[in-house]
Amino acid sequence: MRLEASTAPAAVVSDSAPTRFRDPQIEMAHGAGGKASRKLVEGLFAPLLFGAAPGPLGDAAHVDLNGTTVAITTDSFVVKPLSFPGGSIGELAVNGTVNDLAVSGAKAEALVVSYVLEAGLPTPILEAEVRAMAKAARDAGVRIPAGDTKVVEHGKADQMYITTTGIGRLLRGVNVDPRSVRVGDRILLSGPIGDHGITILLARGELDLEADLRSDTRSVLPLVETLIHAAGPGIRWMRDPTRGGAATSLNELARDCGLGMVLFEDQIPVRDTVRGACELLGLDPLHIANEGQFLAVVSPEYADVAINALCLAPGGSEAQVIGEVREQPAGAVLVTTLYGGSRIVDMLVGDPLPRIC
Amino acid sequence: MRFVDEFREPELISKTAEEIRRLAGTQRHYRMMEVCGGHTHAIYRFGLKDILPENIELIHGPGCPVCVLPMGRIDDGLAIAQQPDVIFAAFGDMMRVPGTQGSPLEHKARGMDVRIVYSPSDALKLARLNPEKHVMFFAIGFETTAPSTALTMMRAKAEGIRNFSVFCNHVTIIPAIRAILDSPDMRLDAFIGPGHVSTVIGCRPYEWIAQNESKPIVVSGFEPLDMLQSIVMLLRQLRAGEAKVENQYKRVVPWEGNRAALKAMAEVFQLRPYFEWRGLGFISQSALRINDKYAEFDAEQRFEVPGIRVTDPKAAQCGEVLKGVLKPHQCKLFGRECTPEHPVGALMVSSEGSCAAYHNYEHRKAAMVSLGSIA
Repeated sequence: MRLEASTAPAAVVSDSAPTRFRDPQIEMAHGAGGKASRKLVEGLFAPLLFGAAPGPLGDAAHVDLNGTTVAITTDSFVVKPLSFPGGSIGELAVNGTVNDLAVSGAKAEALVVSYVLEAGLPTPILEAEVRAMAKAARDAGVRIPAGDTKVVEHGKADQMYITTTGIGRLLRGVNVDPRSVRVGDRILLSGPIGDHGITILLARGELDLEADLRSDTRSVLPLVETLIHAAGPGIRWMRDPTRGGAATSLNELARDCGLGMVLFEDQIPVRDTVRGACELLGLDPLHIANEGQFLAVVSPEYADVAINALCLAPGGSEAQVIGEVREQPAGAVLVTTLYGGSRIVDMLVGDPLPRIC
Repeated sequence: MRFVDEFREPELISKTAEEIRRLAGTQRHYRMMEVCGGHTHAIYRFGLKDILPENIELIHGPGCPVCVLPMGRIDDGLAIAQQPDVIFAAFGDMMRVPGTQGSPLEHKARGMDVRIVYSPSDALKLARLNPEKHVMFFAIGFETTAPSTALTMMRAKAEGIRNFSVFCNHVTIIPAIRAILDSPDMRLDAFIGPGHVSTVIGCRPYEWIAQNESKPIVVSGFEPLDMLQSIVMLLRQLRAGEAKVENQYKRVVPWEGNRAALKAMAEVFQLRPYFEWRGLGFISQSALRINDKYAEFDAEQRFEVPGIRVTDPKAAQCGEVLKGVLKPHQCKLFGRECTPEHPVGALMVSSEGSCAAYHNYEHRKAAMVSLGSIA
């Protein structure tokens, strides 16, 4: 969940600030990363915790410590099943936080980890996940110097939950702020979307569907660094489109900058297996979660050099310009097709539920 | 992707759209109803309105099973699931549909055992896996989904499974079309016939529409090219002054339907004398109940059903929208009290509901200063 104010709050924490969140109880949708999540964060957490005018909510907060600015973020992982083709909860817990820092323009330096374990969890399962974390941390060049463990009664948690909190050093030569986005800027996507969400959906085994598909979980830091190196001054905004998918991230951007995000449907990279599963289940790939891709908005003069650099870098060969920023539809995302049709794509509402009838 | 991309081919779509413009001319206004919610969804998802001439008006029909389900039936189903050791199983489509005390998902958040299944046989699987519980499958859908419910009950009977039942809300499409045509405020020129339903019932049941009501009907597929081609076929009939049943979706729909599926339905179901449709009221012989041979699997017979009747909120104009008399955005509640996050009427819940489709894909587009600036 995006809980971080992208700028250091000017006002201090206030326990008497007015809140706007009126939903009577917490539903699964409040954690699904879409509209309901945003309502909860903006209506309850932000006014009380982030100060009066926290500015646009980003993937990590930038905090001033005695004149040095560091990026800080936190994320909890509650994935089921714990392991799936292409990855597992331990790997996600490291990469997710590394990625949140990367797209806020920072390199993760250290993570602290917190485990909530369910009594009865077999040790080999725990060990495998801790090993997965160690490997992912080594690959991403990040230390894990501290942690905490709590155990809850059997039946009170789904095997294990992991929370990681990361601090990062700001990367030079990049400054991301949704308010700097201008008409004519290009929207870049680092690679095919939907792999992670559809892999998880299939790995739950509730659907009689099988596909040769793996989660895209990875650290996006190397690609982000490539992009900054090639096009740093042109980068306006970055985001890793996790829960809620690319549509939700771009809707948040559209709202924050008051401009329209126009996507070209035929340019959006989606694997055939993901498209097929989405067609069958009545889902939109733009709403499906990713764990190893990022979106960036760059000024038009840097678009070509940015794409060229990404395409040459390992793991970036499928990067694409998928759209551009226009005045209209202000505050919304529009997908256009080659044959001239178009549709508004909103944030995800609730969990993506497969349609049958 | 095979069988999909061919029907989204930009050049063919442009050519077909051009043919539609030629046939439609400018002199006459055409009102065509797409009966099926899947078509409504496709029209918005593919932005077909952007490429159709203004004098072709598409009216969204009653073919969204979630949308026509009265709220009282949801309350009844949830009331059964409130009894101890009952698992409520339903398609994802049902999960956000509001009852008076909230949707199945909200009940789940409060602790009810609610499961999303992808087919009735998955619900039966749940029953096998949970012998100490009772699994009630909340069945919805037209003739598209009814055969799989029927086959599942036949399987349950053959296996002697005792902890499984079906709360049957299956409805049939023909009486709904008849009710629309009987409605005095309804003026339609032609029908885009439902594709999925017709895979089961075939094309013959529509013949009265052509013969008695003199309205052309073309059974259509769901891809952009399918729908545009169907509109071409309808325009050709209308211009020639003809009214017949045609099948555009031949790659899937056999003229005679699916005999095995119809046989399974006949084995398990019988017609209800009448059934309430949301927005349309009571329609005689428009829904299915489980027959006495399968009574042991009928949740309505096994459990005490409160038989709740809920009148729709007065301000909501679901009926008028459902019959195509009003456009979604002309309803007083649209986009204000009634949104996809907080639906008042069921048309706002399912992505096949015309209000949700319009809200999700269209209405901010319509509000834009100039459509020319985004094309």
